[in-house]
Amino acid sequence: MPDDAIRCDACPVLCYIKPGRTGSCDRYGNHEGKLVRLDPHVMLDRTLERGDSVVPFLERSGEWDGTLVSHGETFVTAIGAGTTYPDYKPAPFIISSQAQGVDMVTVVTEGIFSYCGVKVKIDTDRYLGAECSTVRAEGEAIGHVTTSEYGSQMLSLGGVRHLTGGSRHEGTATCDALLNLCNGQAVELEIDDGANIVVQAGKPPVVDNMAEERMRVGCGSAAIGMFAKQWYGKVDEVVVVDDHITGVLSEHQAGKLLGVPETGIKLKGRRSTPGRYFQVAEPGTSWGGTNIEDPLSILGKFSPRKAWPGLRLLMVSTTGEHYAYFELDENLSPQERDLPASLQESVARIRENCEPALCTVLFMGGAGGSLRAGVTENPVKLTHSVSRAFTRVTCGGAPVYVWPGGGITFMVDVSRMPQNAFGYVPTPALVAPIEFTLKLADYAALGGYVRNVRPLSSVVSSNDGRRRLAARSDNPWPLGSPQEMPEQKLSAKRRPTKPGRMKQTKR
Amino acid sequence: MKVRAQIRLLPDRRRLHLHDGPIDLVIQAFGEPQAVAAAYQTASSRFVNVLDELCCELAFLRLRCSSDSPWPRGKVARRMFAATLPYAAKYFITPMAAVAGAVAEEILETMVAHAELSRAYVNNGGDIALHLDRGEQFVVGMVERPDRPSLFGTTTLRWDQPARGIATSGWRGRSFSLGIADAVTVLAERAAAADAAATIIGNAVDLPRSPKIVRAPARHLAPDSDLGDRLVTQAVAELNPVEIDHALSAGCQTAELLLRMGLICSAALHLQGETRVVGNSGKLNRRITPTRERALAHA
Repeated sequence: MPDDAIRCDACPVLCYIKPGRTGSCDRYGNHEGKLVRLDPHVMLDRTLERGDSVVPFLERSGEWDGTLVSHGETFVTAIGAGTTYPDYKPAPFIISSQAQGVDMVTVVTEGIFSYCGVKVKIDTDRYLGAECSTVRAEGEAIGHVTTSEYGSQMLSLGGVRHLTGGSRHEGTATCDALLNLCNGQAVELEIDDGANIVVQAGKPPVVDNMAEERMRVGCGSAAIGMFAKQWYGKVDEVVVVDDHITGVLSEHQAGKLLGVPETGIKLKGRRSTPGRYFQVAEPGTSWGGTNIEDPLSILGKFSPRKAWPGLRLLMVSTTGEHYAYFELDENLSPQERDLPASLQESVARIRENCEPALCTVLFMGGAGGSLRAGVTENPVKLTHSVSRAFTRVTCGGAPVYVWPGGGITFMVDVSRMPQNAFGYVPTPALVAPIEFTLKLADYAALGGYVRNVRPLSSVVSSNDGRRRLAARSDNPWPLGSPQEMPEQKLSAKRRPTKPGRMKQTKR
Repeated sequence: MKVRAQIRLLPDRRRLHLHDGPIDLVIQAFGEPQAVAAAYQTASSRFVNVLDELCCELAFLRLRCSSDSPWPRGKVARRMFAATLPYAAKYFITPMAAVAGAVAEEILETMVAHAELSRAYVNNGGDIALHLDRGEQFVVGMVERPDRPSLFGTTTLRWDQPARGIATSGWRGRSFSLGIADAVTVLAERAAAADAAATIIGNAVDLPRSPKIVRAPARHLAPDSDLGDRLVTQAVAELNPVEIDHALSAGCQTAELLLRMGLICSAALHLQGETRVVGNSGKLNRRITPTRERALAHA
């Protein structure tokens, strides 16, 4: 027998254990030549680690039944010993009592979203990529850059085509990225002919390894309007550099109103209206979302008929992050000088007025045929009920916006959901919690499985496998005001346990 | 009762947890409360002797199974031997391949013999023995990779179908595998038979000589492994669809052979996200429903 193996005598199996390995029980191991009992906490940590992809059970102290859950419940419930027993090992086959079994499986099946994706809003003016550019994760196309919004770049990721329409790798990469984004993890994305970004819900974006700090205060023209008065008299000309609309104080309506004299400045780019210029440079990740490093590169020569030596020029970006101060010499050529104290305040104020730049992630999914069939025997009635607002839709207890029109397509801010609320299936598709809440009478009227409705008390009293979480104070209570949350309202919103009635039987 | 074994109810007060050495059983019986109590009592009494019995014959149970060798003495050991014997002529297998299923089966049959139960299961780390009285059924969920828990399908086991044993084998699991399947799940008439079959099919899902697979002699990892110097799978790189198809097809061929021999009821083979099902699914009421198919139904 090799020297480095040790013999474990904890049980009659008497395993020989090599260094760094455990015996057949996984409880005793050879740690640097010593037999050690693996600390229960270590085991527990491993369990928790594995639990990363597990969905917490959303429940409110004593009042909310736990059925509002995605498939993590299934796992938690199904593993049985797992959540409480430190030595737990997940079984590849999971079995449970019929009541639990049917419940779990129903939940699992119902939350599978093939038609889903995320809309990501990235607060930055930096150039991330052209509209319609492909966005990649792990080299696979998972979405595209869509139309930008105020101060923000927008990505549309996922969707059924990337999830199931492409190669298996494309589907897996898409599913992984969506899952991580929805669960609040950081995801690295690459935009074709654009930037490399790291996106995480509720965190500043990182663009080409630079963390974005602030949103711009406004477009260049808006910045002129906001700060014209504070600049008046302290400086002769101000250019607010912006990839969209660069503003020029002396030509801008706000400057004119104050009586700022013409300065003979010449901007490159296309003049839109007085003092407002488009396309002064190419998009980029530098000054005001342009590609310029030297602000003077967007200026032509000053007109000798209007400019004068000593003219004071401030150039600043829309976030105040970049700025430079110049004075014209005798040849009317700008020479850089230190920013005078009198102007420092206004630059600081631009920065101050920029809100923290964040990435925000909205999950968008469509609740389709079989999911609705889990709620009612006549699925379209559920859709009608939702669209007429008789039925409230929540996602892990968080409020959703239900898109008008046909079907039940909704959006939810993932940061308002419980942590790790999303799971996946290898299809690939995301598993997300979705709850339909309505009055029992309405439920009966739309063909619900009324006989299967369990009173809340029966669910709350059986404690196993249910994890209680405090409700988030910034979310409206899913059942209306908590005081009026009575038992005559429906406790189990989806079709609850019914022995002998399985989703798969209706294929 | 002996000190070594742990016997306790899980926090739900309904399931029984038995632990001794490498054996962990989660048991649930259904029936009148007195019957359940009697079943748990008898399961516990039987359980405390199981590991010692097995260890008496451990050296023998780690030897290659052969029709020439004498039968072991212990009841659990004999279940193991019986389950692996059908493979002895054609494959390398030791009785240890069926140990988990055999223990589950033994405890289940002890309970059913002593108490009137409508249903019961004994889950030995994923190898499960079931009892179903007339009209009863179990719903089982399946997980592809224990390290990434996510159900890929469910199956309903009904009393009027023959399967009373479930087992899973894969290289990621606790035991070594000669193959590369993430999980092979087998339904068979008995748990020990399912356990042995899952091992054989799991070994068959393979790409011999592929550089994408890291293997090591079992003895180097665990000196007393019954697999000796055989190469066991330690890591599998990402495979391309052709390779996955190739490996799964090899496994399916073996599974179909076992099916024709009446050794299994059905099997589900999983490798890097791909799933194949072998078995007369029409007759068995399509019990294994891959998520893939169900998800497409959503679309």
